[in-house]
Amino acid sequence: MKYILNVNGQSRTVDVPPDTPLLWALRDNLELTGTKYGCGVGQCGACTIHLNGVPARACMTPVSTVGRMKVTTIEGLAENGKMHPLQQAWSELDVAQCGYCQPGQLMTAAALLKDNPRPSDADIDGAMAGNICRCGTYVRIRQGIKRAAALAAGGKETAQ
Amino acid sequence: MNRRDFLKLSSLAGGGFALAFCLRSGGEARAADSASGGDFKPNAFVRIAPSGAVTIVSKQPEMGQGVKTSLPMIIAEQMEVPWQGITIEQGDFDEKLYGGQSAGGSRSTPNNYDTFHLLGATVRTMLVQAAAQTWGVPVAECRAENAAVIHTSGKKLAYGQLTVKAASLPVPDKEQVTLKPAKDYKLLGKRIAQIDTPRIVTGQPLFGIDVKLPGMLYAVYEKCPVFGGKVVSANLDFVKTLPGVKDAFVLEGNGKVKELRAGVAIVADSTWAAFSARRQLKVTWDEGAVAGQSWDTFVAEARTKSAQPGQRVLRKDGEVDAALASAAKTVSAEYLYPFISHANLEPQNTTAHWKDGVMEIWSPTQIPTIGTGMVNRVLGIAPEKIKLHLNRAGGGFGRRIGADYLIEAAAIAMKVPAPVKLTWSREDDLRHDQYRPGGLHFLKAGLDSSGRISAWKNHFFTFGEGGSPGSGGSLSPDEFPGRWIPNYLAEQTMFETGWPMGPWRAPGSCVFAWVFHSFIDELAHAAGRAPLEMRLELLGTRDEMPAGSGGGGKGKQNAGYNVARMRNILKFTAEKAGWGKRKFPKGSGAGIAFHFSHSGYFAQVAEVTVSKDGQLRVDRFVTGGDIGEQIVNLSGAENQVEGSVVDGLGTLLTQELNIERGRVVQGNFHDYPLIRITEAPLKIETHFLSTKYPTTGLGEPALPPVAPAICNAIFAATGKRVRQMPLSRVDLRWS
Ligand code: FES
Ligand code: FES
Repeated sequence: MKYILNVNGQSRTVDVPPDTPLLWALRDNLELTGTKYGCGVGQCGACTIHLNGVPARACMTPVSTVGRMKVTTIEGLAENGKMHPLQQAWSELDVAQCGYCQPGQLMTAAALLKDNPRPSDADIDGAMAGNICRCGTYVRIRQGIKRAAALAAGGKETAQ
Repeated sequence: MNRRDFLKLSSLAGGGFALAFCLRSGGEARAADSASGGDFKPNAFVRIAPSGAVTIVSKQPEMGQGVKTSLPMIIAEQMEVPWQGITIEQGDFDEKLYGGQSAGGSRSTPNNYDTFHLLGATVRTMLVQAAAQTWGVPVAECRAENAAVIHTSGKKLAYGQLTVKAASLPVPDKEQVTLKPAKDYKLLGKRIAQIDTPRIVTGQPLFGIDVKLPGMLYAVYEKCPVFGGKVVSANLDFVKTLPGVKDAFVLEGNGKVKELRAGVAIVADSTWAAFSARRQLKVTWDEGAVAGQSWDTFVAEARTKSAQPGQRVLRKDGEVDAALASAAKTVSAEYLYPFISHANLEPQNTTAHWKDGVMEIWSPTQIPTIGTGMVNRVLGIAPEKIKLHLNRAGGGFGRRIGADYLIEAAAIAMKVPAPVKLTWSREDDLRHDQYRPGGLHFLKAGLDSSGRISAWKNHFFTFGEGGSPGSGGSLSPDEFPGRWIPNYLAEQTMFETGWPMGPWRAPGSCVFAWVFHSFIDELAHAAGRAPLEMRLELLGTRDEMPAGSGGGGKGKQNAGYNVARMRNILKFTAEKAGWGKRKFPKGSGAGIAFHFSHSGYFAQVAEVTVSKDGQLRVDRFVTGGDIGEQIVNLSGAENQVEGSVVDGLGTLLTQELNIERGRVVQGNFHDYPLIRITEAPLKIETHFLSTKYPTTGLGEPALPPVAPAICNAIFAATGKRVRQMPLSRVDLRWS
């Protein structure tokens, strides 16, 4: 089946069976491999993307259900070539270890900041609880989100 | 030509590493001259273009431990080039060119530290010589700074302007090379973000699982759920008719549970087509003998045999039974920990292409030679016909020392006329890991009338394959507190299994430290002694504890136990944590533990709160570490410690695999939960103590004391002693 998807502001066509999770359409067909496979069952958050700005699990989203919704992946998080404050904060604070979970973490965090520009630790833990980091970068993820909130609120430019 | 000279670095002081590679000029295939447009390539690791652009090759596999950043930092420091703008390239597997490329045992830093200093300093020396010759002045009047050479007169040549001249110079002997002293470091010890950060945060392809080649096909590989099982038959003809499926076939395997296992490969035109077809695959298995083995049965058997003598005596000092009989007080306890998985977030995967007699492989692997050796041995491909590219790995933790997934991909590729990427499902990953073995310790100790530990007896039950304990399942005769207690007996009984086991972050140490530091804490409380003082007394006043004859302590990590370093780090950490300075309300408390492994001395203090309904929260976790003189990348170092703390806590909280009838019960993160942000410590503090010892690694040694520090804090908070992992099985409610 052919599907026309709106991915990161572009119209992209994929020809896949209807039950294909968006995850694999992105990774195998559209060569957008930033969205990661970690569990395939909605448990780890490595595949987090936005559908119309709302975080969703690409591994649990059949391509046939996407329709005209706007799909945003990690590759589309930076807008007009400008890094998202979260991406800046992640770079400043060297949040990642292996980095495999981080696209999913960033997508979930971006949705959090849009709803709640000044999240507390409890807000952060609540919003990020669906994203596993096997390397254990959680303390830096909390710091990173707060730093991004400050950058977005007009904090100093990055230290780099 | 001079440039083809090479310098053998064979006898660096303090290295202890077989410096197998050469600092060579050019490299046969990429000599500077015409093709490279005037680049200066003094060795396999460094390239400077006339534009001034500096490229450093990182040879070690990167899996989140940060070596792709930290090790090139050493070279850049000594080269005297700024970090900004440097390009770091991941080197392919080529140990003739680069020297050893194994990443395991926290050895990447100590194995390369001295060499990389010398390598960077050699490059700088050549550039200074090139400038001096250009100006016709003595070398002594020139110095390097910020990617340029400056003469005392003030004139200056950028490195990029010196490439052609430098490329004509012989590589100097190491006697002619002066290392930049630590006081002049501009990079080392600073916090530098990982070089791959921009690619990570923008989702660029980087990991093994991201590999895509023209015409590539996608494979899955179904193995028998019972370890060692074989394929009897499969509905291959039907599977081949399914959408997108290109082929399906049986591989017999080589009969080894950690190498090429028997199974069914499905090759398709997309990952999803392969995953979908697999759901319709029906295999009849010959499950084999392992189907009779269950964890619960072994545990029950251990309990019935605990009071009997073990199969082997691991260490015997003094007369333990007599000492127990005459002790003022004795304490007995059973400690139990289960099998666990590595659960790398990136499932195992490898891409392979068999073409014209050459096997080309792209893989996230920790020890490349294990994979290439297996390809050679099992598939009969000559070493020079195997090409291996190293991909960033989404977590290592020892899992990717095994190369079972790599050999599977290569074996499948031999039957497919295209490049093929094998992707394991999460279920494959949990059910076909090389596990950290579980174990049981039946401990009994005696305290004398002054509250000293006079006797220590341990009947340790472990799990083996092929006649010896699995990785991490061997208790060294020298494992602390062996050697420190006058009447000491450690015995072992091993259950032979067909279960695959492999190194899991700080093998052995990651569980022994928990058992022994928990039990020492029990003894301190039984004796009415303060936990820190009891430990300092136990360590004693001698500065060195030599390796015993019985097994060499930490084996390759060199067993001499520097007791002075341990005492110092214990006191240092206690001070940083404010140990003993604060009173905690009921339900809160602090615990302490220490451990020496992988050449690192670590002590840790946990502060926890346990709610009345038994919920644990780690409020603060303080680590003190002594890994020698120099922290390379402070951010990376702290990240390794933070990760170890979260990993140690996560393992303690929930991780447990049940093996029933020879197969793993759990399948995904719903029944094998990993720690989440909601359970992470509120605060993690890391302090390093610089000592006059060689710099060593950080992937592992910060992990072992984490669980005992937390469990000792739980006891302080609630009076409940945790003797079983995971905590999800322990009732922590109190009133
Ligand atoms: S891969 Fe989608 S939640 Fe894990
Ligand atoms: S950084 Fe490795 S899984 Fe999060």
